[in-house]
Amino acid sequence: MPAREVPDSEVPAAWLEAIVLRHGDDLVALLQEIQKKYGFMPKDVLTTLAAQTGIALARIFGVATFYSSFSLTRRGRTIIRVCKGTACHVRGAARVTEAIAQRLAVAPGGTTEDLAFTLETVSCLGCCSLAPVMTVGSDTHGRLNRQRAIAVVEERADTAAGRTPQ
Amino acid sequence: MNRITIGMGSCGIAAGARRVQAAVERHLRQAGSETEVRITGCLGLCYREVLVELDGGALGRCLYGDVTPELVPALLDGHFQHGVAPVDRLIARGADLEAEHAYLATQHRRVLGRCGRIDPESLADARSYGAYRGLERALANASPAAVLAEVAASGLRGRGGAGFPTARKWQLARAAAGGDRYVVCNADEGDPGAFMDRNLLEGDPHAVLEGMILAAWAIGAGQGIVYVRDEYPLAVQRLHKATQQARAAGLLGRAILGSPLDFDVSVRRGAGAFVCGEETALIAALEGERGIPRRRPPFPVERGLWGKPTSINNVETYANVAWILDHGAEAFAQCGSDGNRGTKIFSLAGDVRRGGMVEVELGTTIRHIVQTIGGGSRSGRPIKAVQIGGPSGGCLPASLFDTSIDYEALRGTGAIMGSGGLVVLDDSACMVDVARYFVGFSQDESCGRCSACRVGTRRMQEILDRICSGHGKQGDLEQLESLADLVAASSTCGLGRSAPAPVLTTLRWFRAEYEAHIAEHRCPAGRCRDLVRYEIEAHVCDGCTRCAEQCSSSAISLLGAGIPMAIDSGRCSRCGGCREVCAFGAVLVR
Repeated sequence: MPAREVPDSEVPAAWLEAIVLRHGDDLVALLQEIQKKYGFMPKDVLTTLAAQTGIALARIFGVATFYSSFSLTRRGRTIIRVCKGTACHVRGAARVTEAIAQRLAVAPGGTTEDLAFTLETVSCLGCCSLAPVMTVGSDTHGRLNRQRAIAVVEERADTAAGRTPQ
Repeated sequence: MNRITIGMGSCGIAAGARRVQAAVERHLRQAGSETEVRITGCLGLCYREVLVELDGGALGRCLYGDVTPELVPALLDGHFQHGVAPVDRLIARGADLEAEHAYLATQHRRVLGRCGRIDPESLADARSYGAYRGLERALANASPAAVLAEVAASGLRGRGGAGFPTARKWQLARAAAGGDRYVVCNADEGDPGAFMDRNLLEGDPHAVLEGMILAAWAIGAGQGIVYVRDEYPLAVQRLHKATQQARAAGLLGRAILGSPLDFDVSVRRGAGAFVCGEETALIAALEGERGIPRRRPPFPVERGLWGKPTSINNVETYANVAWILDHGAEAFAQCGSDGNRGTKIFSLAGDVRRGGMVEVELGTTIRHIVQTIGGGSRSGRPIKAVQIGGPSGGCLPASLFDTSIDYEALRGTGAIMGSGGLVVLDDSACMVDVARYFVGFSQDESCGRCSACRVGTRRMQEILDRICSGHGKQGDLEQLESLADLVAASSTCGLGRSAPAPVLTTLRWFRAEYEAHIAEHRCPAGRCRDLVRYEIEAHVCDGCTRCAEQCSSSAISLLGAGIPMAIDSGRCSRCGGCREVCAFGAVLVR
């Protein structure tokens, strides 16, 4: 792990200035921009934001840790989100999560060592009639069971690695 | 002119609608056909996704379900050229598809009237089906007071769950002192098992915008904000498009349709917090802060966003307002019962044969939704309960299915109307597990401000965990009840106050199930892992070895092909994988 997550030269002071101009001290909107740009919220960017705006770092940290879409650690290139809504729960979402966790060797919330995948659970994706459901990147997959879920993840891993799926 | 319409709501897309669309376009290109291809939102028949409507040829208009990309060439050629429809995919045929199909015909589709019919990304299409008609008339002929009076006469109550009279909220916001006023649309639909708002926003975003503009006119607001849940990217995208189109058409912005009304709407994406569905937490989130609820009063109608009077209504409420101003309060009030006028949209899911989006008259029964519309259980097993109202609601047993769907009758059972999540549970669902699931959810989502909610839900979860693992003790149920009372009485916001409801309703209606866990260490539904064993019925097993191959705990011995399998209970993690792959139904849970 490098000592700094984003090298000094890459902490984008000008970009931060631009988003502050657009959103003022609306921290949620500012953090959404940062999360979108980096896929997580690098500490160095947050400290620069604090220094540039005068918003206390503690307040930034408070908002950053309150909402589930914000992450303070680097996440995988593909985010897998298994729905754990009521309908998915009664139709076996926990088994799906467990199967993927086993296959990728990460706990829910964790990221694989090669940064290929982050496995998350989400409270409800609102596709309850197709339960159990998960999203892999921006694709949604419904009517899952353990086997189908693993097949989807493996296919994605193969595609990402440039292998032709069987 | 032939026309193809593909259902492109989130559920359609999850079932593969984009791949079907690509296959349709490829096939048309190869055939050199000029057939029009359009998209629509969700028709509510989620259980038959992907839905494709073909219009033209000898068959006229037909709706097909379970369409796959592979099926597309044969389906299109069959329908348009040979006049042949595959029976197993045909859902309905005729000029009025809704009247042709039992699932749709037994509903009261009013607010959902345009969903699944119009192209949600086309303002012209929405307007040709009546969008903004009510607004045009109101801005031309009706004063704000007259609009308020119309909404009051309709008897509309907030569809977000609590059922507060919409017109009264607006009157309070209008009467509140303070120059700028805000109209906020709460689209932070967080209840697990609920997707009504997503569907409306994806299927008919202009109906929601129209309702917001009418609200702005009625209360004198200049700015509107839709706060949409982070997990609904398609809804956000369609709302953005809809606001741009509305602005370009003079329906948003300065002097709307030539009236004195200046009003614009922005779309704000949530950052992921269930509690932000609570109105004071939503305001905190809009102000860029942690979404922590505060005490009321002052209510947001007096002091809301940036300290200004703010009227916050739910997505479905705004769509109802648009309907009322188009069809009149009298037509609206013709359906429903006293104090419960109009319709309610439910998202029907779980162990039900026909799951999806349903809209029914208030005052109808749970049985009507579950049996007539939903067609009973999918598994063929007896239905045990419905979970209504999400984490703030409760589980009602089948014996209460004649309960009328209205705000007061549901409250009488210990559940609530809620925002409209309705999950059907068959007898394989364990009620203690369901209660534990919801308490776990509330515990996860508690903002942490009130100790009663933060700590109380954790203590309740610990007790429920214990019961589900077979370590329940005498006195646990009494302790659960007293904790439930404490959490309900001592929390600031609705999340905490209603968090115990799933526990209290299951204790009230399914107490014997709790007692079986505690006294007999038995889960009657065969659900709680620590209390069940997986076994293979030797005379049913074919010895195909499929279960052993998938077993990640190596608990199933491979004796050889053709020999019945056996599960080593000591190694078995009870994941249920073997049961999923068994083609013979030989895996039993005891």
